[in-house]
Amino acid sequence: MRTNRLTDSPPVRFALRYKAWLYLLPALLVITVFQIYPICKSFLMGFYTDFDYLKDEVYAWGFDNFRNLMRDADFALAIKNTMRLALVAAPLSIAVSLLFAVLLNSDIRCRKVFQSIYFLPFVTSMVAVSIVWAWMLNKDFGLVNAILKVFGVKKIAWLTDPNMTLPILVVLCIWKGLGYRVIIFLAGLQGIDPRYYQAARLDGARAMNRFFHITLPQLGPTVFFLSITTVIDVFKTFDEVYVMYAKEPGPLKSGLTIVYYIFDKFYHNWSFAAAAAASFVLFLIVLAITLLQFGVVRLVALYDERRTSR
Amino acid sequence: MNQTPGQKAAKLLTYAILIAGAVFILLPFVWMILTSVKPSKEVLKMPPVWIPSKIQWQNYVKAFKAVPFFTYLKNSILVTVMITSCELITTILAAYAFAQLEFRGKNLLFLLLVATMMVPGEILTIPNFVTLARLGWINTYKAMVAPWATSVFSIFLLRQQFASIPQSYYKAARMDGCSDLRYLFTVMVPMSRPTVVSIALLKIINSWNSYLWPLISTNSREMRTLPVGLAYFSTEAGTDYNTLMAFSLMIIAPTIIVYLLTQKYIIQGVSKTGLKG
Repeated sequence: MRTNRLTDSPPVRFALRYKAWLYLLPALLVITVFQIYPICKSFLMGFYTDFDYLKDEVYAWGFDNFRNLMRDADFALAIKNTMRLALVAAPLSIAVSLLFAVLLNSDIRCRKVFQSIYFLPFVTSMVAVSIVWAWMLNKDFGLVNAILKVFGVKKIAWLTDPNMTLPILVVLCIWKGLGYRVIIFLAGLQGIDPRYYQAARLDGARAMNRFFHITLPQLGPTVFFLSITTVIDVFKTFDEVYVMYAKEPGPLKSGLTIVYYIFDKFYHNWSFAAAAAASFVLFLIVLAITLLQFGVVRLVALYDERRTSR
Repeated sequence: MNQTPGQKAAKLLTYAILIAGAVFILLPFVWMILTSVKPSKEVLKMPPVWIPSKIQWQNYVKAFKAVPFFTYLKNSILVTVMITSCELITTILAAYAFAQLEFRGKNLLFLLLVATMMVPGEILTIPNFVTLARLGWINTYKAMVAPWATSVFSIFLLRQQFASIPQSYYKAARMDGCSDLRYLFTVMVPMSRPTVVSIALLKIINSWNSYLWPLISTNSREMRTLPVGLAYFSTEAGTDYNTLMAFSLMIIAPTIIVYLLTQKYIIQGVSKTGLKG
């Protein structure tokens, strides 16, 4: 315990107590007004059915917003699109990043250079990045189709074919986050005790076995952390869709994500309550996924314990 | 060291994959740079022209002229500087209270703050817009800065850092009659420089690139930041891809330069936040 002789006398303690609140005041003010209050407010707003937001007067309450949401085919589509994106993009981008991290962690030259390059997209504006990608994916004049043509692939309508939306968003997710995830994985890899590998080598374990029996289990917490942050990131997909598809939710609404839906309701239709209800559903989904992932990790840990104790 | 053929092949494959990855990451940047200096008639040529026949700096001038670029630039710089400095002041003070001062309900309050980190920021957008509209702040710098003036995550990181500084320093400082505030800014902050710097750098990059909030909280051309201005311009530009790329490049260049100069701090900050989980 950190007891301090100076803080032990009652009058000093009293003064210190108020001093602490003074130090906390600026941060608490901002957090209360712009984080805690809006969490409660957005929950309440979901139940407003008739209100004046400028006067902050509510005339009627009810479940209408949530009921409409459940009936809205667009909302169902937004959830479906987002879930599908998360299911494909998160595991793929984590696997790719793990591969690059393991390769970088081996004895190679220019590790720093590769790492710096991979990290570049992380510091660049998503708007600028989406514009370049849209330009490269242009059907008639884009670089991607030009490169594919060399290999005899026919022109692909990347941005207007609804079947291409998911692959594009997945590639963008991998591209954007590779450097970040590699750094997190490298930190995890460097935390593994090298004696495990020495012992495994003495036992003649192959590289594959070393990876699956030492590296992967030891990286468990890192994979867990990244799977949560990546899934949450994917659930927030908006900027790239909005910019790449020129403010539309992609061809045949194939890029309609939950955040796009919320933004559309709020910014284009000015239906604040419907948007608030949708964002509350987003919150619940993110929370459920986080808890589910915690649950899965507990189960895996339990299973491992049983297996090793046997 | 002698290597078996198998090891050599593995090494070769490793480099091949790493280089392929680098090409994949760099391609959009390279294409952006090349397109930004191309003469207009080479932009839409098929098969594409890689190296422009002449370098046309005119595209940059066109980008400056097509939009009120310097107004956007001024807004971006002002908002970034204000957000970053507000965040540093509020989080340093709050982290100090959590790490060094005693008060009732400290653990409970800390737990409450950490819990708010779980909430996705998007849910805050609408109520925050309403709050700021009622304050009459929409379309002002205040509205663009206020919601981001602090960060629970940074408070959390700084608290860990401050708590690792030995108590004996504090005792010695107090014996010498040093006030808390002076101790914080002359001893603790300098001793925590890497953490403070990486928090500031990540905030600078995030605020510079942020799009959704500046878009929502402003409604006039005069208040747009660079990313908002670029997104609007991209729908007006048509096939002027060279101008569009010149504009994009001018937005990403500052963050890339900052990143290349301060990599050590940024990478350290990121790997630390990852480990904190």
